[in-house]
Amino acid sequence: MSSDGSLSSVVPFERSGERDVDDGGLEPGAKASIARRHLIQKIAFGFLWMAGFTAVAVLLAVILYVLLRGGRVIDLEFLITPPQGGLSDVGGISTTIISTVYLVFWVIAIAAPLGVMAAIFLVEYAEEMRGGMGIVPLLVQVIRFAVELLAGVPSIIFGLFGYALFVSAQAMGWGFSLLSAAMTGACLVLPVIIRASEEAIRAVPESYRRGSLALGATKWQTVWKVVLPAAAPGIVTGIVLSVGRVVSETAVFFVTLGGTVRAPDNLFDLTSPGRSMALHVYYLAMETRAFDKAMGTGAILIIIIVLINLIINITSRRLTAKLKGR
Amino acid sequence: MEDEVKLGTEDYSLFYGDFQALRDVSVDILANHITAIIGPSGCGKSTFIRTFNRMNDLISGVSVEGKVLLGERDIFQMDAVELRHRVGMVFQSPNPFPKSVFDNVAYGPVAHGVRDRAELAELVERSLRDAALWDEVKDDLHRSALSLSGGQQQRLCIARALAVEPEVILMDEPASALDPIATLRIEDLIETLKEDYTIVIVTHNMQQAARASDYTAFFMMDQEDRAGYLAEYGPTKSLFTNPQQKVTEDYITGRFG
Repeated sequence: MSSDGSLSSVVPFERSGERDVDDGGLEPGAKASIARRHLIQKIAFGFLWMAGFTAVAVLLAVILYVLLRGGRVIDLEFLITPPQGGLSDVGGISTTIISTVYLVFWVIAIAAPLGVMAAIFLVEYAEEMRGGMGIVPLLVQVIRFAVELLAGVPSIIFGLFGYALFVSAQAMGWGFSLLSAAMTGACLVLPVIIRASEEAIRAVPESYRRGSLALGATKWQTVWKVVLPAAAPGIVTGIVLSVGRVVSETAVFFVTLGGTVRAPDNLFDLTSPGRSMALHVYYLAMETRAFDKAMGTGAILIIIIVLINLIINITSRRLTAKLKGR
Repeated sequence: MEDEVKLGTEDYSLFYGDFQALRDVSVDILANHITAIIGPSGCGKSTFIRTFNRMNDLISGVSVEGKVLLGERDIFQMDAVELRHRVGMVFQSPNPFPKSVFDNVAYGPVAHGVRDRAELAELVERSLRDAALWDEVKDDLHRSALSLSGGQQQRLCIARALAVEPEVILMDEPASALDPIATLRIEDLIETLKEDYTIVIVTHNMQQAARASDYTAFFMMDQEDRAGYLAEYGPTKSLFTNPQQKVTEDYITGRFG
């Protein structure tokens, strides 16, 4: 922990020159009170700085530790050879990268359109019906409540649900497969996408909608051509969060994707099982002695998440720039 | 042709829930003229103008009585999309879409099914010229509409309304958010537009009404239940120089409001 001295050196407010303040006209009592209040402020700011510092320090420590320790095992070989299994786990992580990419693709492909459409419904159409009577407004209430509820359900519950509905031979019977995992993952991130999109759509100024309707555009044209483009950055944020969620989940995919080190043959090989990177980290850490390889996989995982964030951010910025004109 | 009635209301009343905002308004608005609607705050003038393209439909709890006609047709029997195609609107504060200048103007025509690039380009140019904005934006039609000044944005919104080729243009205090020079430009523009369009403009600025309109409708509100009603309607010149009602005279001489 840092001492008081090092703390105040971080506080830039020190420099704002409070001792130059002309307080000549004040009584000593008032002066003392002001000094005390300044002191309290300094202490408070000190704590705020410390809190901010701690947060960043923890983050940096974790990332640096994983990158440094994992970095030792990372080379091209590690990336392009499949894991062989065994106690010391000969081989790399190629198939787990592939499985993860396929999984992310399908989860987003399923959940993003559904989630965005649900959000449009909730904001643009359901809200109009809220005042009315009968079954529709009630249904809307139920949907809204369900979304809230889903967002709070622990992920392993989704895993159990996916296992029972998609994997188990008693229901869909798809076994451990890319399809089962993608469907389950989609259920998991659907509330995330719906809520982010809902917020983004709600934040679009009412004047855009009125402007569009007044030109004789239909409600749907207004939503499609004006509201959605304006809400795109917020929607993309929801999708990025979802990607992060899929990449980092383990338990959900343990019970739906399975754990085989083989990857699906291609993107459309939906019936094959696989092993996601996060799951691979778990396997390596718990069932082998290749702890450094677990760290290496973790490091790649972090790098991939950062890359995905960057790519999606850049594309979304390009997209909105194009929509807005220069 | 000269005195064709373009818009008309007969005993038109509007309610927000239980509150009556407009009472028994009957007015005939003439084609190819500028009709100004003036009156103190809260007299229902904005509500009244929003009637003609049914923007009040968007507010929940609104109900109406009486008739509103576009030409011969009852607007409440018309499809709202068709009505708004024929009756355009410019809002109080400029509300261009977060798109390029070109896409803003092309928005309406595209929504109505124009796909041909050349036709669109021509339509955009003509609308921008008619809105007196062309010279300022022609060098870069693909810049963001949000990068324009407030006055330019409002002229862009007028161009956007013109591009749909409506018969009537409603303007709800179109200059209230603009500086005096931009305001004058908009007024000049409105004057040139009346050759091709019927214009109804709400304004709280009486000089503007006196300067820029042919007819003026003065709305007042009932002292007891605050419902808006049409107090006086006539040629602008006679309404301002020789008002028939005491309340009109009080208002235009600035004794209240």
